[in-house]
Amino acid sequence: MSEVRGAPSYVSKDKDLQKSEAQNGESTVWGHTVSIMRPREELYAYWRDFANLATFMQNIVSIEVLDQTRSHWTVRGPNGEYQWTALVTEDRPGEVIAWKAEDGDVKNSGRIEFRDGPPGHGTYVRAILAYQPPMGAIGKLIATLTQKEPQIQSNRDLRRFKQLMETGEIATTTQPNREPYS
Amino acid sequence: MRALTWHGKHDVRMETVPDPEILNPRDAIIKITSTAICGSDLHLYDAYIPTLQKGDILGHEFMGEVVDVGPKSTLKKGQRVVVPFTISCGSCFHCSKQQFSACDNGNPADNQDLGQQLYGEPMSALFGYTHLTGGYPGGQAELVRVPFSDVGPIVIPDGMPDDDVLFLSDILPTGWMAAENAQIEHGDTVAVWGCGPVGLFAVQSAFKMGAHRVIAIDHFPHRLELAAKFGAETINFEETDTYHALMEMTGSIGPDAVIDSVGLEAHGLFGDNIVDQIKASTFLGTDRPHALRQAILACRKGGRVSVPGVYGGFLDKFPFGAFMEKGLTMKTGQTHVQKYLPKLLEMIGNKELDTTFLISHRLPLEQAPEGYKMFKSEQNTCTKVVLKPGMEA
Repeated sequence: MSEVRGAPSYVSKDKDLQKSEAQNGESTVWGHTVSIMRPREELYAYWRDFANLATFMQNIVSIEVLDQTRSHWTVRGPNGEYQWTALVTEDRPGEVIAWKAEDGDVKNSGRIEFRDGPPGHGTYVRAILAYQPPMGAIGKLIATLTQKEPQIQSNRDLRRFKQLMETGEIATTTQPNREPYS
Repeated sequence: MRALTWHGKHDVRMETVPDPEILNPRDAIIKITSTAICGSDLHLYDAYIPTLQKGDILGHEFMGEVVDVGPKSTLKKGQRVVVPFTISCGSCFHCSKQQFSACDNGNPADNQDLGQQLYGEPMSALFGYTHLTGGYPGGQAELVRVPFSDVGPIVIPDGMPDDDVLFLSDILPTGWMAAENAQIEHGDTVAVWGCGPVGLFAVQSAFKMGAHRVIAIDHFPHRLELAAKFGAETINFEETDTYHALMEMTGSIGPDAVIDSVGLEAHGLFGDNIVDQIKASTFLGTDRPHALRQAILACRKGGRVSVPGVYGGFLDKFPFGAFMEKGLTMKTGQTHVQKYLPKLLEMIGNKELDTTFLISHRLPLEQAPEGYKMFKSEQNTCTKVVLKPGMEA
């Protein structure tokens, strides 16, 4: 489990294989892997405290940690806020955290894996998300247009996680040039 | 503060805009004392590079005095610094390999999607360039915010004038890396297309790295004269057939290494270039790679091609057959500025490199729009414009 080998199932051209990682049989599965130049244990520890996730996940309104395995999520979506209670389904320190929505507005689950990259290449952090888009295909289209599609967002969220872990901050620009007032 | 802002093709203006602020712990704010207009600013001025927005502050060659620092900056107020045009975190995989211009972390996450689609990887962050490169406000202004100020800026010792060290920000290390990428061996003949600032620094650098001959190619007589002053032989492509000349000058072997410091807006009335210009103006192509085509055809078999010139999109009729059959090697990329700064600062201090010869015009920052117009239209004599906030006109 500690090293990454082979292509993940979510990039398969076989639709059934692609969806095989959905914990609850959700319709859409998506994953993304980034290399982060920090030790696995450190990255795991930051992620395991779900209250930290709001620092780099942009659409999170709040995550309230209820107990060791349960947390209540409020997330901004294309048509307002969605809520659910997430239950940790797998937890191996330094290696993997998986969770799924026990109840709530959107059927979804997720999994984050921390594995050693080749020497000098950091930790490979892989997020796999599965969800059932509210209102099916139309909901997904609206979400894509408003850039609240979980795939787009989680890709950006992972980049922010990487920035925060590697540099201690999240890159941003002032735009003092946006509205000249002369 | 006052700043030079972009509003469209050949439309840049001085405007009053809000002062920059410290946004992240490693930031610093620099009060600009000198800033230059770069050849790649002209690509923006000519609207060749996409994703600029109206009101963007240009400028990626600048230096000044530290006036504010975040809690994690290692700079101190009052220090004089030159700032690399590349924004690099110092701790990602690429920075760990000293490939600073490939840094993963400077470009804001929401800005990376388009670059990922265009180039397969998001672009790294640069000052005062486009939104593909982060949309960071640039340094043709009175003040600038510098992220990762503990990694990028180099502190300048007292007594070294701005004019001596300003070009550490981009063109000097870019010319140096161009020569390094040409993997010059003792006794080599190196041909350099384009005698703009980068080409002229590449000429000097190539000699420093052991080139026996450097052949400089351009059509502006004054620029060719500058190259000759550093010991280069010259070819004026309006008067001489460049390929033929190179072959005759090298016993038909061809130059051991070739450097394209022209990039995507090649000049000259050549058949391929005219077709490229028509294609670019009708959106059938994006770049005009005449110099690069010629460099590949002229380079000796088994030789090296170094490309510091900027390209943005797709090249038509790229002679890849010649490239493969001749067994060439190509190295290119934005400059890993941070890697070269200490060595180049020392060489300037020891007078081993001449930098100030390049400056043809010094203007107050307020006259920046005139500076752009001049740099664009008088390329023979206008070799470099340095802008100074607060300077008397």
